[in-house]
Amino acid sequence: MKLSVVLLSALMSLLLLSKAAVATEDVPAIAAASSIKFALDDVAEQFQQDTGRKVRITYGSSGNFVAQIKHGAPFELFLSADERYTNQLTSAGQTQGKGTVYAVGKLALAAPKTSPLALDENLDGLKQLIDAQKLKRFAIANPEHAPYGERAKEVLQHLGLWQTIQPQLIFGENVSQAAQFALSGSTQGGLIALSLASAERFKRRANYVVIPQSLYSPLKQRMVLTLKAKQTANEFYHYIQTDKAQHIFAEYGFGKAVN
Amino acid sequence: MDWQALWLSIKLSTVTVVILVPMAILAGRFLAYRQFRGKSWVEALVMVPLVLPPTVIGYYLLVGLGSESWLGQMLEQLLGHQLVFNFSGLVVASILVNIPFAIQPIQRAFEAVPEDVRDAAACCGMSRTKALFKIELPMVWPGVLTAMVLVFSHVLGEFGVVLMMGGNIAGETKTIAISIYDSVQAFDFASAGNMSLVLLLFAITVLALTTSLSRRVGGQHVSSRR
Repeated sequence: MKLSVVLLSALMSLLLLSKAAVATEDVPAIAAASSIKFALDDVAEQFQQDTGRKVRITYGSSGNFVAQIKHGAPFELFLSADERYTNQLTSAGQTQGKGTVYAVGKLALAAPKTSPLALDENLDGLKQLIDAQKLKRFAIANPEHAPYGERAKEVLQHLGLWQTIQPQLIFGENVSQAAQFALSGSTQGGLIALSLASAERFKRRANYVVIPQSLYSPLKQRMVLTLKAKQTANEFYHYIQTDKAQHIFAEYGFGKAVN
Repeated sequence: MDWQALWLSIKLSTVTVVILVPMAILAGRFLAYRQFRGKSWVEALVMVPLVLPPTVIGYYLLVGLGSESWLGQMLEQLLGHQLVFNFSGLVVASILVNIPFAIQPIQRAFEAVPEDVRDAAACCGMSRTKALFKIELPMVWPGVLTAMVLVFSHVLGEFGVVLMMGGNIAGETKTIAISIYDSVQAFDFASAGNMSLVLLLFAITVLALTTSLSRRVGGQHVSSRR
């Protein structure tokens, strides 16, 4: 019993110490669409090198972030996968201005290297697999709240595959999870963000082809500062618009930002 | 390896145990000794978090304590910050979710204390508080220890509630379970594997330590009774 008392008081004092150690630095919490994970991680690292300032980035689905910010989440900057979501916050009066488009997202069809799915930009390989009833599982992000999921649905609808593919679809909570499903080998492929498919970690496991942008409405990825934004968040917001940061986004296959 | 997330989880587990277990000792003792109308309803209420999916609790907390609810607004004014998306909110959630894991083993342990022992203590003129510390607590200690371990490990592994109302903010609400989930999504299987392994080893160690501790304490108690 004595031992546990000692242990407990040691832990308690550690806790108090750690509380004191966390200074009230300006390290803003930032919400970002999971589609820009790899690109934004690079941008944030570059930002830290150039300015010495840090940011804390949380990745997830844009729809969830809107709900969380509406309930008071402390995010200072929100980088959405689609401007529809930032606009919702703007019209609810929860942002500083309308923000700006920082990149244009693209879709890719991806499949594990062992998959029987033949990759082509008009999804003929997918059609054949469905017709031959050989498609087992196909991943997309949840179209209910993830923009890349919505666009994937548009593509499948456009090509007349949406109804027939239903039983085989599995939904990722966000596009990153969909990508993880698509490459895990438990699915035969998926429609995911080009920025994820072209990332180094993904390329080792899977092949991909870019989907023509005529098949879905453009993914204008907009960012906004929330009412809670302080100086570092503001600086990061402007840094993302610099040529240096934009170049990183382009490397990950994003289209040029057009407002 | 996300040390920050691991540390945050340990901190959350510890704070939850420190707040919840003393309350559970009082509540468990009360439920064990007292008979009153509606007792089975109270006991059922205590067990509710056990059968409710954590996401349901997370949803209610998010909506009930968020800045759109009156309760959330009141608490925000009172505390200076809001509970959701904040460490203190996670503490509140962890306490609520773990009530059954804390109260159950402690209540059972108190129920096992023979009535004549308590009567003897009262006959000797011991106050109820003194009897609790001198007589009952040493006897129910294994039950308390079980409660502590159960609560600690459940908080460490808690996922649904934290995801719903935590917001996954590094250093604030990003616990180890969430960090593992994130790593898997980012195809960072090496990091996810490392963290899972640390958690596994941690769980085994804590369980082994508490089992031996509880055996030693239990043994002491038996020998002192002889």
